[in-house]
Formats: sequence, C-alpha cells, structure tokens
Amino acid sequence: MILQVDPIEVERGGRLALSAPGFAVAAGQAGVLRGPNGAGKSTLLRALAGLLPMTTGDARLDDLSLKGEREEFTSHIAYAGHLDAVKPALSVRENLASWAALYETPAVGVEPALAAFDLTVIAGTPAGYCSAGQKRRLGLSRLLVMNRSVWLLDEPTVSLDAASVALFAEAVSIHCAAGGIALAATHIEIGLPEGPRIEIAPPSERTADEGDPFLTGAWS
Amino acid sequence: MSVFALFRRDLRLAFRIGGGGLMAGAFFVMAVTMIPIGVGGSLDVLARVAGGVLWVSALLACLLSLDRLFQADFEDGSLDHIMLAPAPLEMSVLAKAAAHWVTTGVPLIIVAPLLAITLNLAPGAYVALMASLLIGTPALSLIGAIGAALTVGVRRGGLILSLLVMPLYLPTMVLGARAIERASIDLDYLSPLALQGAVTLAALAITPFAAAAALRVNLR
Repeated sequence: MILQVDPIEVERGGRLALSAPGFAVAAGQAGVLRGPNGAGKSTLLRALAGLLPMTTGDARLDDLSLKGEREEFTSHIAYAGHLDAVKPALSVRENLASWAALYETPAVGVEPALAAFDLTVIAGTPAGYCSAGQKRRLGLSRLLVMNRSVWLLDEPTVSLDAASVALFAEAVSIHCAAGGIALAATHIEIGLPEGPRIEIAPPSERTADEGDPFLTGAWS
Repeated sequence: MSVFALFRRDLRLAFRIGGGGLMAGAFFVMAVTMIPIGVGGSLDVLARVAGGVLWVSALLACLLSLDRLFQADFEDGSLDHIMLAPAPLEMSVLAKAAAHWVTTGVPLIIVAPLLAITLNLAPGAYVALMASLLIGTPALSLIGAIGAALTVGVRRGGLILSLLVMPLYLPTMVLGARAIERASIDLDYLSPLALQGAVTLAALAITPFAAAAALRVNLR
C-alpha cells in the first residue's frame, strides 16, 4: 500500500490556503509534514481526510483516488486533529467504546487501546475530569480502535508529557511495522519511524482575486 | 451498525449530566401551565385555544434544544469523525434527528394529555391531540435538523436557527392545531392528520440530504 499525493492547492474564501508539493508515503513509513505556522499543514491533512475539497491536485491510495472514489478512499483514513472529540459526560472507556461502535470495529479492541496509552487506571472516570494531556491520549487511542491503515496526525503530541510522547511513538511504530502508513504534522522530533520529510512553504500572496479585472482596478 | 451506535451515543449523552434530555419536556410543561394563569380561568376560552397553545408550546420546546444537535459535535471535533465513519453522513443525520425526537418529541407526547386537562380540552379531542403530536413532532426534529446543520458554525446560532426554522414549522403546527380543534367540535379530523403526515414524510425524505449537504459545506 502506498499513499501518493500530487502537488495540492487549496483555496479558502478566495485565498490560497495551501500550496503543497507532491510526495509519497509507502507502507511502513511515517511521513512528517514540516513548515511554519500558517503554511497549511492542517489544511493538507484535512484535505487528505476528505473533509475539505482540494482546488487542484489529487491523492491516491494504491489505485483509489480521493477525488474519484472519496468514500472508499476515506474508509482507509483515521484522522486525529487538534480537537480530541472527547465527550466530558462519558467515562474514558465509554468515549472510546462509542467510537469503536461508530467505526464498526470489535469492542475487544477498547481495553488494549486504553492500555497502550496508559489510560486503564482512569478508564472509569468521566472524561470531563481529565487533564488536557489525558484527553489528548484518549483522542489518540481512538486511532487504535479505528482499525484503519492510514493515520493522519495533526500535531499529535501537543500537551503530552515525555512519557506519553514515547507511548505515542511506540503506537505509531507498531502501526507502521504492521504495514500501516502515518503522516504527521509536527514541529518536534518525536522518534517516529523512517519516512519522507515534506517541507511546506506558506502559500504566496497570489489570490483568486487576481484574475478578476474588477478587483484589480482595471475598471477604475 | 454505525448509525445505531450514533443513535445510542446521542441518547446516552442526552440523559447524562449537562445533556439536557427531558429539558424540552419540562419547558413544555412550564409554557403550557403559564397559559391558564395568564389568560385567566375562563373555561370556554381555554378550550378554544387549547390545540393551538399545545402545538405552539411543543414547537418552542423543540426549538430550545435544536441548536446543540450538531453544534456540540462540531465544537469538540466529533463531527469530523462522524463524517469519516462508515455510515453515510445522510444516515448519521437521520440517526441524530431520531435521537433528538426520542429525547424531546416523545416526552412531549407523554405529558400532553395531562396538560390538556389544565386547558379544558374537549374530551373527544384527546385522541386527535395524541395522534397529531405523534405524527407531527418527528417533522419538528427533522426540519430542525436542516436548520441546525446550516447554523452549525454560527456562534449563538440558536436565534438564527429559530428564524430559519419557525416558518417551516408552520404547516405542521397549523395542521396539528386544526386537527385538535375539529376533533373538539366533533368534526372529522383525519384530513388535517393525513396532511400533517405528508409533511412529516416529505421532511423525512428531504432532511438527510439537505442537512448532510449543509454540514459538508460548514466543515470546510
């Protein structure tokens, strides 16, 4: 399995939000997205998850095209964004179990996933009482119950302590060793498996308005 | 199945602390109880307005909880994951609307006959009252889901939501009140009920697609 990404451009509200080079991540590799704030790393990951449309470019997972077969393509994607999607009213275990049910994966995966992120001790606690780092770990543990081959990770280590970062790196390593693909946007070295480094430069100031003679003053 | 998991999750969340389940029912009781106090004890006046009062109150009670239908999941990132789940977004929308109906519509139907006593509703109109609420309240949740999806990214969207959705509630409310009114003067009330059923079925057919499209646009 290989994830191939064309050079991608995404426009939001008439402004170019992302202009990324093409790259490929093979099975067993963990690609790392790098670039300054505002370069569009999150935008690229959301676009690859099919959550926002790309203006130009496409991505392929083996023969599946994101533009052509969006449903099948995204059925291989697990996404972990800035938000942890944790419900404070449910316990840690219930949170994870509800996601396992939603993703139609067997409930037996819940306990190992909790253990992998050292959440077993607080599994019965309402998630509302958890610290930011514990919530982040709960959000990341969802990756394990989703049972999907491509992990898209947006700054996964924010608010994690050193021990938790190591747990996370180990989870990614196991995922990649089993033939999975990971693509992470991160600013720090977290000991992920080998993979391509993709540098994303902030998009130039060229805007969609440029082609519009009215806005560029041709009519003044 | 993914959609049933979502339905169960929403029900569970609604009845946990802060979930607001049954709050719509409590609001309904309060609002209807205000009427005899405000209007005065004239029994024939109350009997004449009973159907309209019950339906207007049901509509307001339903609106009260609608703004959180998608917004809670939007704000904590859950909506991203619901979109990536195996179930089509259209079915997920339907599951959420169904959960909303169970937590708001059903309690209204259960307490309505008790409240009708305080409004001196004609004895012959109770069947029409129950039938019209049973047939009509699903339309309130379904049509409301479209409004909730449209305003999902809007801060304090509850007000805009009400403005958007209230006019669309008009047929359901008018037909429901009409059925009760006709039943209370021993006229045939099946035709307003049938028309109300038609509105509900139309909402059932349109809502999944309209609300899912609105959510996709809002997530960009």
